[in-house]
Formats: sequence, structure tokens, C-alpha cells
Amino acid sequence: MQLQQMYQEIILDHYKNPHGRGLRSPYDAESFQVNPTCGDEVTLRVHVVDDVVQDVSYDGQGCSISQASTSVLTDLVVGKPVGEAFKKMDAFVELMQGRGQVEPDEDVLEDGIAFAGVAKYPARVKCALLGWMAFKDAVARSQGAA
Amino acid sequence: MTTTAAPLDVTALRADFPILSRTVRDGKRLVYLDSGATSQRPTQVLDAEKAFLQTANAAVHRGAHQLAEEATDAYEGARQRIADFVGADFGELVFTKNATEGFNLVAYAMGNAATAGPEAARFVLNPGDEIVVTEMEHHANLVPWQQVAQRTGAVLKWFKLTPDGRLDLSDVDSVITPRTKVVAFTHQSNVTGVINPVDVLVAAAQKVGALTVLDACQSVPHGPVNFHELGIDFASFSGHKMLGPSGIGVLYGRRELLEALPPFITGGSMIELVKMEGSTFAPPPQRFEAGSPMTSQAVGLGAAVDYLSVVGMERIHAHEHALTVAALEGLSGIKGVRLIGPSDAVDRGGAVPFEIEGVHPHDAGQVLDSLGIAVRVGHHCAWPLHRCLNAQSSVRATFYLYNTLDEVDALVDGVREAQKFFGVA
Repeated sequence: MQLQQMYQEIILDHYKNPHGRGLRSPYDAESFQVNPTCGDEVTLRVHVVDDVVQDVSYDGQGCSISQASTSVLTDLVVGKPVGEAFKKMDAFVELMQGRGQVEPDEDVLEDGIAFAGVAKYPARVKCALLGWMAFKDAVARSQGAA
Repeated sequence: MTTTAAPLDVTALRADFPILSRTVRDGKRLVYLDSGATSQRPTQVLDAEKAFLQTANAAVHRGAHQLAEEATDAYEGARQRIADFVGADFGELVFTKNATEGFNLVAYAMGNAATAGPEAARFVLNPGDEIVVTEMEHHANLVPWQQVAQRTGAVLKWFKLTPDGRLDLSDVDSVITPRTKVVAFTHQSNVTGVINPVDVLVAAAQKVGALTVLDACQSVPHGPVNFHELGIDFASFSGHKMLGPSGIGVLYGRRELLEALPPFITGGSMIELVKMEGSTFAPPPQRFEAGSPMTSQAVGLGAAVDYLSVVGMERIHAHEHALTVAALEGLSGIKGVRLIGPSDAVDRGGAVPFEIEGVHPHDAGQVLDSLGIAVRVGHHCAWPLHRCLNAQSSVRATFYLYNTLDEVDALVDGVREAQKFFGVA
């Protein structure tokens, strides 16, 4: 069934038990992103020390895809140098925009590979990228402020 | 009434809509419950468009050759039939790109009125003048008014909603005041299907000399509507929500108002006399149809109103009412489903929005889609309404003449399936 391909167990697990959820301090920058077609929103904070992502905290309202992908994001980037975090982000964006044609690298994306099925549904790609766009924006703001 | 009172023969009718027999998502029967967003077109409409393009296609209102004549006749003939359909006169209908353009046309023309000469004085918005809208508006009948208020210094006011999603008309006189210049409101909510009391609002507006602008996008396709009887000043609706093509909408304006209203989009076709120093403008409706207009779309919309007229708008309304009652009953019987808006079908068209506890509308829509059921998810271009009714977004099923009780059952079963899939049943 196609539905199971899209909603992998990993996604549903992250949705029901999100990692890193809640807004925390200290943080260097915050980004608010909204998906104007559905009203889904996320507020995401980053704390970067010596070019390493120390913490990502977030709150928001959204579908299972947007919430789970933000949860996966925290697993992937917290504790990583900003450059490596951005490489993971690029890999995730490439996967999501690949319309199901991109083979994900589990070493890079870990649980993120579960979103490969979502890439076949163009209407849901924005959901999967909502938290990542907030991360990108928040890091840029933190660097701008530094 | 003997023939029009008979129920619809939906099986026969569905045969006119080829798309309804296709399958989706690995062979699932298509259950199309998204006509509030866009309706499907019968072969009669598709054939009319094709026949026009194959026999009479030419630019209208220009050229003296035979095709130009025939194309112009087809275009203006469609205008006449659409005018008859909505209780308006021929010259009172302007073809637009869509309903949104219709609202913008009125709002921008009013914004232009201050510099347009004495006959446009009644449209001028001054700082402190009031524009009244409602919290249930589609963004199309809200944002243009916010913008013209910003440009002119007019003040935007609005009617609030009751907890069940109807207009709170408990104190009309505090909202519509002697300072009110425009009252813009929807005939039927695109989210909840709530049908507003046009007579109450028109009377209140007329008492203070304010203009009325009606969003008729969800009323004209689904029941009998007569603009003259409603006494409305302007109304806008779209073709693609009433079995017609996309790329065409209709703005209705009372004749004396259209004659005094300054233009919005300017250019060719809408002029009377052009000199280098300045221009004068054609009478309506041409004044508001600048540039080469859509043609096969107008012809297709003419065929759509012919089709709807033959079926009968009373019957369509009654059919959708029965589907709405069934959907409200079926959905309210599911634990964990919250209906948004009224829980009854009184003064309501065929739209049923809801949310499922523990299942985000996007996810619910995805499960329904996997079962072949097409619904709308999100805020349906009515963000303020969702905020009022404490919903971040919703799942919305909308019905039309070709939907069946079986499809309502499929929706209800699909909602249970979504609960099961997300483990909240």
C-alpha cells in the first residue's frame, strides 16, 4: 500500500515521540516559518558555539511529516559543525526534491532516509522542508548577528 | 415544479462527466469531494468549447470578417445567457479572469475614483470612511479591501462570527454606520457552507447609503440566485466552480453603478477615444474588459449555465442538502471528529469542514487520497475564519450535483480508516 511507503514507521515514531521538541535557552537566533497553503508553522531556535550546533529547539503546529522531519533534523545536526549540518541539509533537500528518483545515503541522513517516499508527493515536500528552512534561516541569522 | 421537484438522476448525470469514471492511486474509484475548490466539466461544456474553437475562433470585438462576427456573437450570446441565469441584465456582467479579479476590479476602481471626475464621486474613499467585511471571507474578498483601505486611509471593520461559525448580527448598527461606504460579504462560506442573510445586510447598507459587494462564488453554482431580487450592488463569481472553464469569472454590477465606475485595467478595447494627451472610455461592460478577452472560456461558461438550467438549480440545491445532512450525521457519529462551523444543515450549502483529534488535516487528506477520496485540506483561503473557530486548519468535503450518498459513506469510512492508521481510533 502506497500509504505505508510514505508514512514509514520511523516517521510515525518521530511524530508521536518527537526529539528535541520545546523552545529552550540559551539560543543565538530564532526563525519562524509558515507554510501558507496549510497554515503549518514552526518556530526554531539554534545555539551555535565555536561553529558547532550545540542545540536546536523548536515548537510548532503541523502535520506528521513536518513534525517528524524537524525531529529528525535535531538528531542529524545537534553536535555537528555548521558545515557538516549544512551538508546534511543539502542532502535532505536533494532527496525531497528528487521526486523519488534520488537514492538516499543512510550514513549521511540516518532516519532522514525514511522520507524518500514523501518525495513522491509534491504537495508534501514543503511539509518535510519546513523545519529545515527554519534551521537554515536561524543559522544565517546567528551568523549575521555574530 | 412537477419536473424540477423530482430528485436528480445522478447515475445518468455522472455519465456526462468523463473524469468521474477514472481511477486514482492504484485503481481506486475516484470520489471527488472538492468541487468547492473546482468543479468538473460535463462533455456538453467541453464540446461547446471545442466546437467554438473548431468553427468560429477569432478575436472578439475587432475585425470585420465572418469569423470575427461569429466569435463576437458567441461571446456576447454567452454573456446574455449567464445574465439570465443570475437575474441580471446583459450590460451588467463583466467578464474577468476569475472571481478574485472581480473583487479587485471594484476595490481598485474605488481607489481610482478620487481622480476620475464628478460622476465617480460616490465611489471615493476618504480617510475615516469605513469598509465592512466579515471574518468568514475568502481571502479574495478580504485582502483587496485591506489594500484599498491602506491606500485611501479608509478603516476596515468586520462582522465577527458566533461560536458555531455564523455571522454575529446581534448589533448590525455598530458595525454598519453612517461612515460605511462598502459592505463586502460572502453569500455562502467556502469553508462551512453557511448561507448569510443577504437581505439583512443589504437593508443595513442601503440605510446608510453604502455599496454592497457579494462573493457569490459558492452560491451561484449551487442554487437559484437572482442578483436583482437580492438588491446587491456588485457580485463576483467564477466559472470553474460551476461546471465551466477556469480562466473566466464574472463581475455583476448594477447598471447605473457600472456606468459611473472608473476603469481598473486599461488598454485596448476599453476605450472610446485615444489621443496622446489622454483618453476617454467605452461604456460598460467594455470599459472593464481591457485587452483581448477570453473567448472559448466564455462560450464554455455559457454552456455550463445551459447545463445547470436544464438540471434545475432547485433540484441541485436539494440534492446537495441531502448529501450535507448525511455527511454531518455520519461524521458526527465518529468519536474524535470535530465538525467546524454549524452542526446542522440549516441555511447551509454543501460544504462540511472538520478535524480529527490526533490526525493533522494534511495527514487525514493523505489517507483519504490513498482511498481515492479527493478533499481539500488546509485553511481553504479563509485563515481568519479558522482562527475564529479555533482550528489551525481543516479537512473540507464539498458536494455538487454529481456526488452520491455512497460517496458520503466512503468519506465517513475513510475518516475511520485515517483514525485507525494513525492509531487514534
